[in-house]
Amino acid sequence: MSGNLITFDDVSRFYGEVLGVNRVHLAIPPGVTSLVGPNGSGKTTLMNLMTGLIRPTQGSVRVLDVSPDHPEKLGSLIGYCAQFDSFPKGLTGYQFIYSFLRLHGMPHAECDQRTWASLERVNMTPAAARPIAAYSKGMRQRIKLAQATAHDPRVIVLDEPLNGLDPMARAETIALFGEWGAQGRHVIVSSHILHEVDRISDQVILLSHGYVVAEGQIQGVRSEVKDQPMQILVRCDRPHLLAARLFQQDHVVEARIHPDGKSLLLRTLDADSFYLLLNRVVLDAGLDVESVAPADDDVNSVYQYLIGGEGGTV
Amino acid sequence: MTERSIWLRQLGGVFRLELKKTFLSKRAWWIYLLALGPAGITTLHWFLEMTHPMGRHSLGDDVTAFAALFQIYYLHLGIFFGAMGVFSNLFRGEMLEKTLHYYFLTPMRRELLVAGKYLAGLTVALVLFVGSTVIAFLTIGRHFGAAYSEYVLHGPGLSQLGSYMLVAALACIGYGAVFLMCGLFFRNPMIPAAIVMVWENLNPFLPTLLKKISVIFYLKSLCPVEIPVPPPLSLLVVETNPTPAWIAVPGLLALAALILGYAAVSARTAEINYE
Repeated sequence: MSGNLITFDDVSRFYGEVLGVNRVHLAIPPGVTSLVGPNGSGKTTLMNLMTGLIRPTQGSVRVLDVSPDHPEKLGSLIGYCAQFDSFPKGLTGYQFIYSFLRLHGMPHAECDQRTWASLERVNMTPAAARPIAAYSKGMRQRIKLAQATAHDPRVIVLDEPLNGLDPMARAETIALFGEWGAQGRHVIVSSHILHEVDRISDQVILLSHGYVVAEGQIQGVRSEVKDQPMQILVRCDRPHLLAARLFQQDHVVEARIHPDGKSLLLRTLDADSFYLLLNRVVLDAGLDVESVAPADDDVNSVYQYLIGGEGGTV
Repeated sequence: MTERSIWLRQLGGVFRLELKKTFLSKRAWWIYLLALGPAGITTLHWFLEMTHPMGRHSLGDDVTAFAALFQIYYLHLGIFFGAMGVFSNLFRGEMLEKTLHYYFLTPMRRELLVAGKYLAGLTVALVLFVGSTVIAFLTIGRHFGAAYSEYVLHGPGLSQLGSYMLVAALACIGYGAVFLMCGLFFRNPMIPAAIVMVWENLNPFLPTLLKKISVIFYLKSLCPVEIPVPPPLSLLVVETNPTPAWIAVPGLLALAALILGYAAVSARTAEINYE
């Protein structure tokens, strides 16, 4: 089982006296995993640790059972699109991808074929012969993504991969992440843009000040946040009736009827009791319920509950 | 595909990439100037002296002048600083430009990365400094015409040229290894470079035992023409028998290999820290 996981076993990393991450225990399964946290929370440190660019001060990291101490094994498993907007001097987009593929020991024909395929994947084929120095920010971001994934890695680590991309490119890139995740690859993404993270993630890891605050599927993480009332949106034919019944319950702290008169937003400290009550009301009063959905089991809400700060972007 | 053929491809890949970056770098203009400066001066000397066919000095004077140019300029300044510019940038330059992680993320043994970078730097240094030595040697006495051709082709000239080329190449190999290691270990390679420079320049005045812990001592032992040290410096010079070539050449190669080996082993645990 551990052969298909990225594991952090009691990992700490200090930069001199500055804490990078502390006492991290993680077992990351395949799929899209988002690292979420404010600047300095340890996202990039975690990514650098799993790609072998830095070593833990204590503890051990293993990527699909390979130690990052063996770059000759790890390098073919992993592709890392780092946050640095820097490239070797004087190379075109094609040369950049091709040259580093050669360092994987592949023959010319395979490197050439893979280079064109990865350029195609990020829609950079027309700009392949242009120097990277003449690229826009978005193009540089895409060529980095192409280079990081050209060797078909099983683990793709992406530090702020959506930075500088226009909306169309963002949508295409997010679709790529989903595709890779569905193929059973590990896609580890850090992003400041929480609503986009929400769309692409199978699981999240929330970080704050170098500590893992929460991890897992977002709904599971949300349900573990007991001290924050859960928001639930109910669309039904008689929200007033439901609100009146709800106010008799101790666990309901707020209920608001939407101006359209067709839905009710409530905040409860005990979601299970609410669902039981709702069943009773439906049976007793013949309430016609169109939909019931949690309204705050997204990354943005969980982030605010656990870490605080502004919504939308961090 | 055998592991050896993969290694060769990886080594070739690093070599080509580094050669492209190092050879055609605009920022390396001062290294080209360092290398080609003396060749330019000797070429100018040739043209100026052509108006005096019999010369205002003897061929022997030019041979001694070249020996001085080689030992004082090439060994103490040109190759020393040129190697510093080329080799210390192989890792430190990538750190400054934040591009080393691209290499570190490939499935390549770090030892091969060190070797590939070193070979690319060495190629550049050899072409520049051995090439410059050859041009300078062939042009310094060119104005003597047939007499100089006779000296080179049928006299001791060709063997002297061979020795100078060997010494220039060994200097590139030795200093290259030292500066590659400095670039890997030190945030500012200028500091260790300054220490090495002071040590190497103090060499003539050091006791015999200490003299031998340097690169310049062995290089000077291999130079075909001795240059007299003018007074009052000659009073401070400690005379030591030159090391025979059969010790100096393999000794320098072994020293370079040792330093590179240490750099390669250290590179295995090197981290990316662009701060």
